[in-house]
Amino acid sequence: MNENLFTSFITPMMLGLPLVTLIILFPSLLFPSSNRLINNRLISLQQWALQLMSKQMMSIHSTKGQTWTLMLMSLILFIGSTNLLGLLPHSFTPTTQLSMNLGMAIPLWAGAVITGFRNKTKASLAHFLPQGTPTPLIPMLVIIETISLFIQPMALAVRLTANITAGHLLIHLIGGATLALTSISPTTALITFIILILLTILEFAVAMIQAYVFTLLVSLYLHDNT
Amino acid sequence: MASVVPLKEKKLLEVKLGELPSWILMRDFTPSGIAGAFQRGYYRYYNKYVNVKKGSIAGLSMVLAAYVFLNYCRSYKELSESLLDCFASGGVSPDRVGLVHRLI
Repeated sequence: MNENLFTSFITPMMLGLPLVTLIILFPSLLFPSSNRLINNRLISLQQWALQLMSKQMMSIHSTKGQTWTLMLMSLILFIGSTNLLGLLPHSFTPTTQLSMNLGMAIPLWAGAVITGFRNKTKASLAHFLPQGTPTPLIPMLVIIETISLFIQPMALAVRLTANITAGHLLIHLIGGATLALTSISPTTALITFIILILLTILEFAVAMIQAYVFTLLVSLYLHDNT
Repeated sequence: MASVVPLKEKKLLEVKLGELPSWILMRDFTPSGIAGAFQRGYYRYYNKYVNVKKGSIAGLSMVLAAYVFLNYCRSYKELSESLLDCFASGGVSPDRVGLVHRLI
């Protein structure tokens, strides 16, 4: 029905050259680095935000878990900035592609789980059986816990993809509906326009929240395993 | 005071019009030369608009506006085709024709 609704999700290529690489690299331009103690406003704002996030997220971890700080902070910055840039008109959002989110989720989850198995084997295996289960239920519960473990990276990736894609689709649809309704009934078009504004505000929030949730869950898996 | 600056080292605004093609051909088109050009351009923009004592939102907004513009150029072809379809079906996008007919 809507071939042109999904054209904004096609990977951009130009004359056979992958433009998508440039688009993925673009957010790094917006985060300059600096060696100074006192910086310009842009860098100071970013450093303040980064300190806030790292204190909030990494304080629950042990020393071993805190070695992951750089990785997790880069992750939340990347996903947050990519999602926010995707809200600009005509832009392409790399996080709508499941391939990319799987590429982020699977290695991070696997790293946390393998760290746990290597360093605290008994404790990691003990996660498969909650405390206090009746003996007859044990085999079934172990199977269920294994399945829930292996579903974690899939859930991470699909959650991010679905949320961002759904938000963009809703904006397209409601925007198109507003345009179509202006010639039929201006009052309804006005109501739809207000809905569009509210939706855009929601999308800004969702962009940042999804980044936070992704990173938080990875840090949770890490906490279980260090 | 009659020293002649060689053509290679002149900046663009000092080159005379007749010398322009040879000036362009003398530029450094090696990969490191192109990378150097991008780096110099980046630092020129950064030091002028962002790395100042009282930087404003304009420094970031100009970059985002250029990003939007480049994405528009990239998707111009599809947009113009879907506009043609829209005008062909009387002012609505072709997938919404059914909806509009039902509402009227």
